[in-house]
Amino acid sequence: MSEQAVLEAKGITKVYEGRTVVDSVDLNVGRGEVKAIIGPSGSGKSTFLRCLALLEIPDGGELKLEGKPIGNAPGRTEWTRERRLARDRQHIGMVFQRFNLFPHLTAEGNVQTALVTVKGVPRHEARERARQMLDRVGLLHRAHAYPSELSGGQQQRVAIARALVMEPKVMLFDEPTSALDPELVREVLDVIEELAEAGTTMVVVTHELEFARGIASEMVMMDQGSVIERGDPDRFFTSPEHPRTRQFLAHME
Amino acid sequence: MDFDVGIYWDALRSSEFLHGAFLTVALALASQVAATILGFFLALMRTSRSAPVRVVSGVYAWVFRAIPTLLILLFIWNALPQLIPALTEDWFTPFLAGFIGLSVAEAAYMAEIIRSALLSVDPEQRLAAKALGMTPAQSMRKVILPQVIRIAIPPTGNELITMLKFTSLTSVISLQELLTVSQQNIAATFRYAEFYAAAATYYLVIVSILMVLQMRLERRYEWRTREAGRRRAFSRRRNAPGMGAAGAG
Repeated sequence: MSEQAVLEAKGITKVYEGRTVVDSVDLNVGRGEVKAIIGPSGSGKSTFLRCLALLEIPDGGELKLEGKPIGNAPGRTEWTRERRLARDRQHIGMVFQRFNLFPHLTAEGNVQTALVTVKGVPRHEARERARQMLDRVGLLHRAHAYPSELSGGQQQRVAIARALVMEPKVMLFDEPTSALDPELVREVLDVIEELAEAGTTMVVVTHELEFARGIASEMVMMDQGSVIERGDPDRFFTSPEHPRTRQFLAHME
Repeated sequence: MDFDVGIYWDALRSSEFLHGAFLTVALALASQVAATILGFFLALMRTSRSAPVRVVSGVYAWVFRAIPTLLILLFIWNALPQLIPALTEDWFTPFLAGFIGLSVAEAAYMAEIIRSALLSVDPEQRLAAKALGMTPAQSMRKVILPQVIRIAIPPTGNELITMLKFTSLTSVISLQELLTVSQQNIAATFRYAEFYAAAATYYLVIVSILMVLQMRLERRYEWRTREAGRRRAFSRRRNAPGMGAAGAG
């Protein structure tokens, strides 16, 4: 265990229409750690990630960011609660499966908009930082392109820059390459690997096992809403303990 | 054939018609803007989580789509001052009455247009805005509204053109717009064809201008960098490659 967890999730539970989709899941992410969550579709891994991003409010459990409780804030009115959630979400970067870039803004505009609106960074400075971030994902030359003019891989790299520019304490990736054509997957994984090497704290939900093994400090296997196995990647892949894990890994080969 | 081109030509150039055209355009634009704003809030109410709020918006649409606009105008101009004495004063002009009547009637239709535009924005857009830490209000302004506007421009353009023609209804409440002006001239001269033709000419010109404006607006909301050759017929000359419409510099 690292000294202080950046993100600490304890007993996270989410129920949809009487069905427990996420069942008391714990996760501690230390600074610079990369947790890779895998599991069959419907295992609740994406929902769990959305709980971490405060995009879903868990029905049970607690979340702490650098030791401070977040989410589930008992605000008096819905309005104050929403504002508090919004403030907490700034510190958590989220990358979606389908990129979700804003179609009315250029790549640069996508990256800079939250800096200006949410953080109140002056426009010229926000633009400078947006351009640096686009440079980091190798897309400075496409700064003025609109999302509809970018390939899927490029869009996802812009989406990563958009989340990164907010300087989040942790980055969450929800199957970042699942919606991409196979030949575009690599460029996105390269960016994420580069982030991992630079010490970015991350939680990655993915089906790319090779990639997960390469970057993860811990593997987490989910099935039917629960964590059924977790551990060091090498051990996890060479000698998985749980039969479901073995079955899943064999199936994914 | 007895069409006196001279009368038609003089009518076109008369300050009376010009003033009438001005009133027509001003009333149409003001009413359309007010209806769009009112319609936006009605649309938000329509998608609200609170049932009573949804009902209010629903009843509004039901009432104002059922009652003919002509009746609404007559009611506001003739009946309301009987009910509310303050409205008998001078400030309650035909223009104001027409503005109110046309706005409230049109808002019912704009609410539908904006509601369907709101619904057609990908729900994940809101999620993305949220994930960046935007409040619901910020997400509405910076992310949702621009996309709603783009979807709503073509139908709103149609509504504006319809609105322009509906302003002629205010002739029944003696607003000096194009149709009233021509009718007054006809009453004095019995030259029906010439004065009607003059009014029609004005409507044609105004609608044509509006259509051009709508086209330009739609192009601004295309969200593509204008590359040479893509839209050569329409593109403006200063569009250097890579200079996006929203490019910050």
